[in-house]
Amino acid sequence: MNVLIALLIGFLYAVSVYLLLRRSIVKLVIGILFLSYATNLMLFFAGGLTETSPAFVMASEAQSAVMTSDSLPQALILTALVIGFGVAAFSMVLIYRFYKETGTVDLDDLSDIEKL
Amino acid sequence: MLFLPILIPLISIILLIASRHRLKLQQWLSIVSVLAQLIIALTIFFNLSETGHLVAQAGSWPAPYGITFVADYTSAILLIAVSLIAVAAIIYSIGFVDQVRQRGGLFVLFQGLLTGVYGSLLTGDIFNLYVWFEVMVISSFVLITLGAEKQQLRASVKYLVMNLIGSMLFVAAIGLLYSQLGTLNMADIAYKLRSEAIPPLVNSAIMLFFIAFGIKAAVFPFFFWLPASYPTPPIAITAFFGATLTKVGVYVMLRFYSLFAQLDAPFWQPVIFVVAGLTMVFGVLMAASSYDIRKILSFHIISQIGYMLMGIGLFSVIGLAGAIFFIVHNMFSKTATFMAGGLIYLYKGTYDLKKLGWVYKTKPFLAFLFLIPALSLAGIPPTPGFFGKFFLLYAGFEGAHWTITIVALVVSILTLFSMVKIWNEAMWKPEVESANLSVKSVRPAAWVGTVIAVVFTLLLGLTVGFTYDYFAQAGQQLIDPMNYIKAVLPELIAK
Repeated sequence: MNVLIALLIGFLYAVSVYLLLRRSIVKLVIGILFLSYATNLMLFFAGGLTETSPAFVMASEAQSAVMTSDSLPQALILTALVIGFGVAAFSMVLIYRFYKETGTVDLDDLSDIEKL
Repeated sequence: MLFLPILIPLISIILLIASRHRLKLQQWLSIVSVLAQLIIALTIFFNLSETGHLVAQAGSWPAPYGITFVADYTSAILLIAVSLIAVAAIIYSIGFVDQVRQRGGLFVLFQGLLTGVYGSLLTGDIFNLYVWFEVMVISSFVLITLGAEKQQLRASVKYLVMNLIGSMLFVAAIGLLYSQLGTLNMADIAYKLRSEAIPPLVNSAIMLFFIAFGIKAAVFPFFFWLPASYPTPPIAITAFFGATLTKVGVYVMLRFYSLFAQLDAPFWQPVIFVVAGLTMVFGVLMAASSYDIRKILSFHIISQIGYMLMGIGLFSVIGLAGAIFFIVHNMFSKTATFMAGGLIYLYKGTYDLKKLGWVYKTKPFLAFLFLIPALSLAGIPPTPGFFGKFFLLYAGFEGAHWTITIVALVVSILTLFSMVKIWNEAMWKPEVESANLSVKSVRPAAWVGTVIAVVFTLLLGLTVGFTYDYFAQAGQQLIDPMNYIKAVLPELIAK
């Protein structure tokens, strides 16, 4: 299981790097999304994978529950996800405005018109 | 009390949004709010305990479990410096920035940025630091696109992507560190690293931190976003960015080096020296080849980040005091030069040195206002730039780090060269007969803001005899973080 998750995270990072290096600005934003998903998964993984153990138990069950999983990384992911959503929303508005202003989605067009 | 620097800007954000149709009220609210922040920052500074710490636990949860806020000399000094320069920057932007942008939420975003900066300076929790960084960076995203001119949109794409990659590396590092040590409290991590065998993945996490904050602070291989994005928004915003964003990145490096990385100093010291040297050299060379005031000054931000890193690498009391002093000096001097450059733009309608001329003849006081912070950046006594460089070079020679010290000296001369270039081209050269450039009206607030920033610069240089002790104490605290750990985790250490 651990190896599978590790491979999945690695694959997601690979996808995001590939998309970030593309010229299209839309793919760039999708790349950013994948980057944050990969990172969130990694954060989740930081607590260690424990199968069939809940994050919270009732007080009455506290004696019987031998193992609970670490709930802190889950709380952290929640925070990171919210921030990620905000940033994703902003970057989508940004690329829309970018497209409206410049009429292109190709990042390579940036360099030759960038004269200050 | 430690929560007040965050609460005050947050409350002002609410008030500013509520008064969004009344620009005058917004302007006064912003000024009152930053003055209140300044008073709070000073109160924190004078209330530090004998060991120089002030600790607050959010929600009274004891240290390793809750979120801790810590102030020591380093963060208190920077808190004061940020709130001082925020006063100047807000007054300046009232005079400089156009009405559309001011009504579009400029002041709200400034307060948002300040919230993030204060939070990053005070927090003692690694994940909380990430949250404050995001607060700061997202405010800056909106600030850099505010007005949505073509140039700004193009620049902000690069700015956004680089900063997001930095943030994600930061979160990944937090995940790695948590999986190895099981704690997020900075003092607790430092304590565990000192008392237990260091797990192997910790080094990867610290390297990821270095890259993440290297991107945020614009150090050598990661700085390309800065010159591409900083010159595009109105210069009042650039001036504020230059004083806050990259400097907070350097502050975090300082803190992390003191708490974590110094344990592995034989590896990190050469890395930091190489990065610092290359940052200085590349920044200053690119500045020397530019002909736009904003671009020259933006490249100098990079070059001067190199000096601060050099201070971290030296890691002696004088070196660290020099690094902190240099951060404060750079906040003031750099902002003041940006502001004076903005005034030149208001009168002449361009930032292009080839088109400028004769500012000295037509506006001698403006030339004077530019000269002081420019000489400070180059390091001429009695300006603070001289003392900052003096401390760093002294520490460099003392520690026998010859290469980096000589690089710093040479870069210093090149800095003087580009300041002289601006002076010659913009101030002394006969005016170029240029096609009617659109000259905007100059509101007095722009002058007031610039004068305030220049006065801060001068005062910092002239009072260094009185203030040096505090900087040295800050350096001492960073070298031996045991007191920091004890202040945050009293019970744990007592056992």
